Amino acid sequence: MNPRKLLSRTPLHLTIWVFAAIWLIPTLGLLITSIRSPSSIAGSGWWTVFPKLFSGGEFSLENYAGVIMKQGLGQSFLNSLKISIPATAISTFVASFAAFGFAWMRFSGQRTLFMVLVGAMIIPLQMTFIPILPIYNKLGLAGTFPGIWLAHTAYGLPIATYLIQSFMAGIPKVLFDSASIDGASPLRTFWSIVMPISVPALASVFIFQFLWIWNDLLVALMYLGGQPDVAPVTMSIANLVTNKGQDWELLTAAAFVSMALPLVVFFSLQRYFVRGILAGSVKG
Amino acid sequence: MAEVTLTGITKRFGEFTAVDDISMVIEDGKFTVLVGPSGCGKTTTLRMVAGLEDVTAGEIRIGERVVNKVPPKDRNIAMVFQNYALYPHMDVFNNMAFGLKLRKTAKAEIERRVHEAAQLLGIEEKLKSKPRELSGGQRQRVAVGRAIVRDPQVFLFDEPLSNLDAKLRVQMRTELEELHNKLRTTTIYVTHDQVEAMTLGDRIAVMKDGVIQQYAPPQETYDHPANQFVAGFIGSPAMNFFPAEATVQDGRPVLTGPTFKLVLSPEHASVSLPSQVVVGVRPENLDGPVTEKENSIELTVSVLEQLGHTLLVYGYVGETQIVASLDPHKQVALDSVIRLSINMNTLHVFDPSSQQTLI
Repeated sequence: MNPRKLLSRTPLHLTIWVFAAIWLIPTLGLLITSIRSPSSIAGSGWWTVFPKLFSGGEFSLENYAGVIMKQGLGQSFLNSLKISIPATAISTFVASFAAFGFAWMRFSGQRTLFMVLVGAMIIPLQMTFIPILPIYNKLGLAGTFPGIWLAHTAYGLPIATYLIQSFMAGIPKVLFDSASIDGASPLRTFWSIVMPISVPALASVFIFQFLWIWNDLLVALMYLGGQPDVAPVTMSIANLVTNKGQDWELLTAAAFVSMALPLVVFFSLQRYFVRGILAGSVKG
Repeated sequence: MAEVTLTGITKRFGEFTAVDDISMVIEDGKFTVLVGPSGCGKTTTLRMVAGLEDVTAGEIRIGERVVNKVPPKDRNIAMVFQNYALYPHMDVFNNMAFGLKLRKTAKAEIERRVHEAAQLLGIEEKLKSKPRELSGGQRQRVAVGRAIVRDPQVFLFDEPLSNLDAKLRVQMRTELEELHNKLRTTTIYVTHDQVEAMTLGDRIAVMKDGVIQQYAPPQETYDHPANQFVAGFIGSPAMNFFPAEATVQDGRPVLTGPTFKLVLSPEHASVSLPSQVVVGVRPENLDGPVTEKENSIELTVSVLEQLGHTLLVYGYVGETQIVASLDPHKQVALDSVIRLSINMNTLHVFDPSSQQTLI
């Protein structure tokens, strides 16, 4: 890099570092606190551990064992998986069908329907609770996993469809011409051509949806209720804050457990994440 | 193989008429080129034959069958697109095999046909590559291969060479010609490049504004253009046009202008010329410099372009710039006034209002 470029990039890099620090320092504090004993947490701040970082002794994974075994976070973790994975998969899957229809098929009312879809993104989901909950109760969906899958799918569909649609609309028309001459039906074109090409967009929508559902508390609280056999991680942590508000070692360990999976998902799919966002926003 | 017949084909997009009442017969096994400037309706015509566009009016037949309502996949055609349209996520083999698989062709047969086509096109060692790993020329070969394996009744080419660089374009052009000589499949080829049209076509249809201006063998469009548009479109550098006054002297038509007097042969005496005409003469039919006044034209040299095999001399006849293609070893000075003889057998005369060829 030439000096001039370096100079012009410096403010940018500085800003990025500052933001990264603002995000990372509390997380680091969280991590360190979660592996310290209750007495040392009460006795000194987490930043005091650095001088004796390598002498060892002070750290243990006891807190994690505690939250996962005794506080039922292990069960909640499984529940979160049972909620997030199917809900994300269903909404991404349904959204890609809808997106293909909006992007490449012609039917009457298409524009209006698409406007309604985009409009639906603006509606706060809190507004939907009152009309939907009675229906859920009547159908026996409340408190069940299929019920919450359905809810998350519905809430996620507008944005997911919109994002995938904008990507699919950017696929060159000539590929569809070619496929139709090759003899592919619209469904075949969707499976064999559109879906494989759209992997970056699908992956980024998948990540978005997954993170949103994983971190969701409100929808789960409304449609699942607080029973430990169905409660996701977010709800268990909220309960911990209420019941064990003073036990920082448990809260921090629990918080870290809930962060672990999103981090894994993000880092393993991040190349799609960046590519997908670019591909969706910049056509061509 | 089959003949393709277009009868009164019209295509309108809203108010705009892209193709206006075209009728033509594309002969069985022949290479037919649709050529014209962009927006002339040539690609739309091709897409209608392919079934990718609906026909507003008229009838398209492939062989004996009217295909107006037949979907593209059942027309037994194959198409090669300008930007290749390869499926980016499939390797070369699967790109070529996709159409066959959809037609439930037996696996062994697919293998055989794809390898045969790949061998014919020299891309056998690329069968496992993805399109993005190929060069432009190789991609176009895959696109052609994809068309060949289907063994269709008609090949449709939509400007297949225009994304390639100049050298590769010439090479692929020859390869396409060779391929056609081997396969002898009825071919419709769209291009805006008149050189491609001339070299590839058994017959070429010159189009403008959705109308066929002339449909003839290439040499005929060059020798006997139907109108001023065809005359100007076919040939490179383009034909020179300049206005002249037509009179009759001693029973022979005479064309005069500020720096020339052209006496036509008596055989043209029967043609009634309007008093104002447009004279057309190709750069290669000018020669000189000469001294004699009759059947020659005087011009002031403004630009010289030495191409090695020819010397292009640009100059003005009155207000009109014309170009002459001369022997490269002739000495011509810039800004000089020279006289060039015109080969009167190749002279064209057009009606300035209707633009139709008079002589």
